Amino acid sequence: MGRKILFVTTDQQRYDTLGCNGGTLARTPVVDALAASGIRYERAIPQSVVCMPSRSTMLTGQYPSTHGVWMNGVPLPVDAPSVAADLHRAGYRTALIGKAHFEPFMDAFGRFTENLLARSGEETAPRPWADGTVGPHRGFDHLEFATHGAAGMLHYAQWLGTHHPEAVGMFYAAIDAGWNVSALGGGDTDAPQVKANPIPRDWYHTDWVADRTIAWLDGLDTADDWFCWMSFPDPHHPWDPPESEMHRIDWHDTPLPAGYPTTAAERERILDDKPRHWRMWYDGELVSNYEAPKHWVPAAMTADQVREVNARNAVECELIDEALGRVLAAIDARGWTDDVDIVFTTDHGELQGDFGLLFKGPYHTDSLMRLPLIWRPAPAANVPAAVVTTPVGLVELAPTFCAIAGVDAPDYLQATTLPVDDADAAARGKERVLTEWDSELWGVAVHLRTITRDGWVCTAYRPGFVHDGTEGELYELGTDPFQHHNRWNDPAVAALQSDLVADLWDHQPPAHTPRLDVEAPV
Amino acid sequence: MASVRRQAIIHRSPDDVYAVIGDPATIADWFPGMVSAEVDGTTRTITTVSGLPMAEEIVTNDAIQRRFQYRLAPGFIQDHLGTIDVFDVGDGTSLVAYSTDCEPAALALMIGGATGNALKELKRQLEQVQVQVREQETRR
Repeated sequence: MGRKILFVTTDQQRYDTLGCNGGTLARTPVVDALAASGIRYERAIPQSVVCMPSRSTMLTGQYPSTHGVWMNGVPLPVDAPSVAADLHRAGYRTALIGKAHFEPFMDAFGRFTENLLARSGEETAPRPWADGTVGPHRGFDHLEFATHGAAGMLHYAQWLGTHHPEAVGMFYAAIDAGWNVSALGGGDTDAPQVKANPIPRDWYHTDWVADRTIAWLDGLDTADDWFCWMSFPDPHHPWDPPESEMHRIDWHDTPLPAGYPTTAAERERILDDKPRHWRMWYDGELVSNYEAPKHWVPAAMTADQVREVNARNAVECELIDEALGRVLAAIDARGWTDDVDIVFTTDHGELQGDFGLLFKGPYHTDSLMRLPLIWRPAPAANVPAAVVTTPVGLVELAPTFCAIAGVDAPDYLQATTLPVDDADAAARGKERVLTEWDSELWGVAVHLRTITRDGWVCTAYRPGFVHDGTEGELYELGTDPFQHHNRWNDPAVAALQSDLVADLWDHQPPAHTPRLDVEAPV
Repeated sequence: MASVRRQAIIHRSPDDVYAVIGDPATIADWFPGMVSAEVDGTTRTITTVSGLPMAEEIVTNDAIQRRFQYRLAPGFIQDHLGTIDVFDVGDGTSLVAYSTDCEPAALALMIGGATGNALKELKRQLEQVQVQVREQETRR
């Protein structure tokens, strides 16, 4: 009997939303306890700041350039490498419950397996694997899907429609009549993607994901080795948690984010110091991707709207923490606790008011790139608790899962295991983490490449719709924690900038060929 | 209007390729996710695998230019024009371009993605037939 793995992901959750990371708004005692007894990473960085590429990196252990999912709407090839397949081959029972999003949701022609499985009710389906064999889809022998709300055909939407049809219309309608990401405001402040949701808490998708995870675990034999990816759709927008839970945090008392520029002049000064697309989005002149509402102008956002969004976000984080607590209790009741590794993270962050912006996009700063990551190794493994300050990437998750399971690292992996402490990171020469952004939509192209190293984050721009390829961003994380001072053109750090850029280009991963097509908006 | 274009090189003559594309009733045979197509004059009604019926108006079916165009009827789609062009690139090979001009833009991406998949299937079917013909000729 080996170590079992509970891999917990949330969606679009910031580093500072956890108590163990210094967050003061949401109470997250369950994750905090895992951090106290495990390894807490202070600078975990995604390889992409949107869902599909980032999630594909977690599954494949590859950078977006290599696995090929270069923007949302590009499906991960069905035979892409998968750590779940390698664990399945090693005898693990494997499940993914909640939000997968390796394939687009919008699928009128029934092209994608995730949607087909949800429609058919089958647990999985045989599909080709990267090694040429055939096995359960992406290596998972149990798949149950949910996303943000009750739209579509995924399992949660079907469950809600069958058992609580009156609740289907209670969620915020994330897509408007023009099939754009909705800009409609709600709540007390008319903030975008906010709605008072009367749904009872135990019908909400957070508890559904935990319930379905517990049900799957209950069906296993005690001696089974298992890998369960429990994937909560929250706290991704829309921010419509059960209204019954909003008593927890009064948005009127919610502080503005640390470093929030409170005047328009200050926000504009900060944005004008960055490449043009930052300010152009703020002013409503350019939406460079499908992730933000097309008809929303960030400059119009009020401080109270930021407060309400953050309060609702924090409530969603609390519900996740409590749901995770229920799953851990179920694991404990099975007598598994000493043999279970728990990894908690998210796919990318959220601007959540920083710079006067919301949502996400081609903006490589801590808002989107500094993520919560906790690894509580199985207590039986006797790994000492630690805080790791060395930057790490989500690309290191798949090798870590292989190592936990005692599986030899497959050749396709592009990273090694997460360090267990800073000394381990130093001994293994871990010094840089790379992040990519590529988007091309309706003639608007944005291409960024970023390196985080030596306490700096450096982003080089390739030519695009509003960039000529000479632009960049350079921030010293220690002295500029909110990345308000772009030092790309600062002569005092010109040598450092050149060194970082050279290092960045020297370590670019190989590209997937041919380049994959965008098959749907998201 | 949002515009998406997909293309494929098919190793069959333009006339062979257009013989399939220009027969509007057969689209469900080569467009994955489409389960049926019924043609009545210049109206074609297709049904997707999700059970969604969609009426289309056939705008152009020009075997000389090798251009086929159709419009999805307005509804949740505000405006649409699908265009399939078959070009002769020599040596018995065709370039097929399948364009989707559509409003809302999000649906152009979804439909455009499906048309790319359809071209892959069309290529597979037509080139498979070509291989079978060559094999039969070799046996003779």
